[in-house]
Amino acid sequence: MALKGRLRDISLTQLLNLVKLARKTGALTIEGDQGRVELYFKEGKIVHASLNGDGDLARLLLKFGRVREHQLRTVLQQLSAPNDRELGLRLINAGYISRNDILYAIRRHTSDVVLKALSWEDGKFHFEPNKPPPPERIVVPINLDSIVLEGDQRQKELATLREELPDLNVALRFTENPSTNLSKIKLSRDEWRVISFINPRNTIAQIAKYSGLDEFQIRRIVLKLMRNGLVEVVGQPTGRPRPAQAAPQGVGAGAPSSALSSGGAPSSHRPKAPAVEKNVVRRLIKFIRGL
Amino acid sequence: MQTVKMVVTGPFAAGKTEFIQTISEIAVVSTERQISDFTSTVKSSTTVAMDFGRITVDDDLVLYLFGTPGQKRFDFMWEILAEGMLGFIVLIDSTRSETFREAKQIIDIFRSYADTPFVVAANKQDLEDAWPPEDIRIVLELEPWVKVLPCVAKDKESVKTVLLELLYTILESYDHN
Repeated sequence: MALKGRLRDISLTQLLNLVKLARKTGALTIEGDQGRVELYFKEGKIVHASLNGDGDLARLLLKFGRVREHQLRTVLQQLSAPNDRELGLRLINAGYISRNDILYAIRRHTSDVVLKALSWEDGKFHFEPNKPPPPERIVVPINLDSIVLEGDQRQKELATLREELPDLNVALRFTENPSTNLSKIKLSRDEWRVISFINPRNTIAQIAKYSGLDEFQIRRIVLKLMRNGLVEVVGQPTGRPRPAQAAPQGVGAGAPSSALSSGGAPSSHRPKAPAVEKNVVRRLIKFIRGL
Repeated sequence: MQTVKMVVTGPFAAGKTEFIQTISEIAVVSTERQISDFTSTVKSSTTVAMDFGRITVDDDLVLYLFGTPGQKRFDFMWEILAEGMLGFIVLIDSTRSETFREAKQIIDIFRSYADTPFVVAANKQDLEDAWPPEDIRIVLELEPWVKVLPCVAKDKESVKTVLLELLYTILESYDHN
C-alpha cells in the first residue's frame, strides 16, 4: 500500500520515525515549493537521497572538495555511461581519492538533503514500498536516528534564528567600523559566498537563492556576520540581533517533536474494567459471533 | 432488562454512521442534515446530532451503539455520550492522513473522560490508498497494547470483528484489575 499525504498533516520527522520503526524498504518522494526530494530506504535505514535529481557522485565529490575538477574530467572521459560505482573505482585506482572520501561525500549529501526536507512545512508526500534507488547510484546505509535528532535541534535553532532575524527581505551592507578584530574571524566557503553577494541592492532572500542556501543556513550565516560586526541591515532593521546563545541542552533529546501531539496527557496505562459483570461481556461476545 | 453502551467515535466522515448501520438490527436513528459549510465537499450530509443503533442479545440484555457527531462544534456532546460506556471504538478513514491529527486528539479526549477499554478501527482498508493499521499505530503514537484493527465499515464481518476485539479487550481488562 502506498502511503500518501501532506507534510502539514504528518511531519517528515514522523514519517522517518515510521520508516525506522516499521523497518520499511522503498522510496519516499516529497514535492514542495522548494523542489522534489527523493529518499530511499532499506529495512529502516536511509540509503540514498536526492534533491531535484542531484546526488550523482561526481557532483558530490566536487561539492565537498574531495576531488579536483581536472582529475574528475580525466576519469569521466574514460567512462562510456555515467555510473557512480565505476567512477568511484576509477578515481580510487587513479589514486585521486580514497573509499572514505566517497563515503564522506554520500553521507554528508544524504544528511543535507534530509535536513533540508525536515525544514519544509508543507509538501505532498508519497511512499512507494520496495522501490529501489537508481541503479547507477552508490547506496550507503545511514541510521536515521542521528539525522532526525539533528533535524529536531535545527528546528529549535531555526525558531531562535527567526526571532533574531525575522525578515529576509532586507538588504545588508558592510559596517564602516567593524567592532571585532577581523583577523580572528574564520569564514567557511558558504560564508564567503554570502559575503560576495553583500550589496545594498541584494536582499538576504536573494543572496540565499543565488548561493543555493536554505533558510536555516542563510539565517545562521547572516547572524554570525552580524554578531561579529561585519555586516548590518540596511535601513531600519526589523529585528535586533542578540548575542549568541547556546541552544538549550537536553530539551527534546531523543524525542522528535510530533505534529500529532495534542498537548493533552492521556493515561498510558491499561484501562479499567467496566462496571458490568464479566458474564455480560461474555454473553455479548457469544451473540455477536453468531450474527 | 440490562442495557450496555458502546461509543463509536472518530473524525468527520470516518464512516461512523455506516459502521453502526451495518451491524444494527434497527434502522439507525440519526439526525442527518444537509450541511452548508466547507465540509460539504467531503460528504453531502453529516451527523449533527448522533447515530443510535441497537443489538438485542436477549430479553435481558441490549447493546446500544452511539456514534458521536463528526464535527468539532458538537464535541460538547462527546462527554455526555461517553458517560457509562462499556468501551469505545475510534474509527479512522485510513485514506485521509490529514484526519490523523484529529483522530489522535479525539483518542486523548475520550481517554481523559473515562479510563475505558477501546480499539482503533482503520476504516476503508478496501481502498488502494489506505494506510496499513500498523503504520497508523506508529503515527498516532499508540501504546503496543492498543489494538489497531483493519476495517471496512460497510462489511458486516469486518464490523463484527471490530466489536468482538473490543469485547475481548474489555474481558482482558477484568484480568488486569
